[in-house]
Amino acid sequence: MINGVKIVIHFPKDLVDKPITYHLVKDFDLEFNILKAEVNPDEEGIMVLELKGKKDDYHKALEYLKKTGLKVQPLSKDVAMDRDKCVDCTICVPLCPTEALVVEGAQRQVKFVKEKCIACGICLKACPYGAMTIQF
Amino acid sequence: MRTIQEINEKIKKGKVVVLTAQELAGLVQEKGVKAAFESVDVVTTATFGPMCSSGIYFNTGHSKPRIKFGGGKVTLNGIPCYTGLAAVDLFLGATAIPDDDPRNKVYPGEFKYGGGHLIQDLVDGKDLVLEAEAYGTDCYPRKSLKTKINIAELNEAVLFNTRNCYQNYNVAVNTSDRIIYTYMGILQPRLGNANYCSAAAMSPLLNDPLYRTIGIGTRIFLGGGTGFVAWWGTQHNPGVERTKSGLPKCPAGTLALIGDLKTMSSKYLVGTSMVGYGTTLSVGIGVPIPILDEAVLEHAAVKDEDILAPVVDYAHDYPNAKFEPLAYVSYAQLKSGAIVVRGQKIQTGSLSSLRKAYEIADTLKKWINAGKFFLSEPVAKLPGAGSDYKFKALKERPL
Repeated sequence: MINGVKIVIHFPKDLVDKPITYHLVKDFDLEFNILKAEVNPDEEGIMVLELKGKKDDYHKALEYLKKTGLKVQPLSKDVAMDRDKCVDCTICVPLCPTEALVVEGAQRQVKFVKEKCIACGICLKACPYGAMTIQF
Repeated sequence: MRTIQEINEKIKKGKVVVLTAQELAGLVQEKGVKAAFESVDVVTTATFGPMCSSGIYFNTGHSKPRIKFGGGKVTLNGIPCYTGLAAVDLFLGATAIPDDDPRNKVYPGEFKYGGGHLIQDLVDGKDLVLEAEAYGTDCYPRKSLKTKINIAELNEAVLFNTRNCYQNYNVAVNTSDRIIYTYMGILQPRLGNANYCSAAAMSPLLNDPLYRTIGIGTRIFLGGGTGFVAWWGTQHNPGVERTKSGLPKCPAGTLALIGDLKTMSSKYLVGTSMVGYGTTLSVGIGVPIPILDEAVLEHAAVKDEDILAPVVDYAHDYPNAKFEPLAYVSYAQLKSGAIVVRGQKIQTGSLSSLRKAYEIADTLKKWINAGKFFLSEPVAKLPGAGSDYKFKALKERPL
């Protein structure tokens, strides 16, 4: 079983009209949760999915996605915090939907808990110092 | 009773006792006001946060042949400077942005590079590109100039902030149904979050709420170097409602600050981008409070739970210049991570960095202990709570 694996799917311009998620359910019996999606007509698109299902089916699904011409990569290393740029103001903390950004200790430092991050990207917009970065 | 002169003598002899505002609050709780007064000479207060009314003036030196910027146009890294001074004096503020910045055309704008970032780059010793167009005169014939400049080559480079160190501030919320982008950060709809901006119990003017010791001429830590209180800040508003102990319940006093940019550091002058709003500069400030008597000490021992801040709706009330707080909350509540307004629990975030404030208060303490920083006697007082000095709204007189 795989449970909670997060992947990033890149759609080239000519494939944004493919009903990808439909096939993931119908053909590979995968349960999914869309964490982020930016798929617009005639533009390159991106979708972040959290997947649950049988390991075999998961690998077959990845094969299918790649064959279709989509780029797939795991979400493991995407959002990062630059400690040199962070001033520990805490303005990002209430905006984070999954409590991946928390205030810690007497010095009130902001800690980034990567395992909880769903790469929604709001901290990137919110940080006045450009301390949060995302890499797909 | 204690005088600033006596304190400076102690600094010279290496016998001064300095505590940060945080340490003092602990000592007073443990030993009481009297005992604390006997042992403590100076308390260091500090703050670090975005302060838009910050800027620099500088003198580039004269080119050969000479050029007169006044009446012409000058940009620095693409950002327009104010040229309405003598030939090669320029002013540049934290919120200035390049003419070709898209601003909020694609909403919300990102505002990646503006005056605040430029000040940080200049302090960092980076070369900047100066481009000037002038109309030319008999004594200043040159009409255009394009050159790199560097802080080391400038004659004077001075940080001059017309309003810093706000004594207390609003807590910003959003009662509307859409996300809004403000100078207080991103505000989620339907009271989704609450943003505040004060170092509270560490904040200079909240540790000296009646301006007993902080005045014009007070020597301070400014942006990593030393500076002075130049004047009271713009929008100084000492006459607002206060608690019994004299703490203002809304934004009140402010300070205008000045200091030699060449002594400062990009650690405490940081370019800042507020999405959908604009650019600004985050400034680190430390102010020493001489413990002249027990009343001064009592004020400097202020605690977060004693300081109240108004919760203001930035969707409707703030844009329309209405001050009708939804509630008052203490900084102890704000720092706990959530407040309750209209029966709703709201998570809080701060724009002011306490980690930096602690760092600054500690650095200033070390400077004083090492005999590197002496206290100055203010040469004049700030308009006080009992004065009739007021922050007025604009009275529009349409033509």
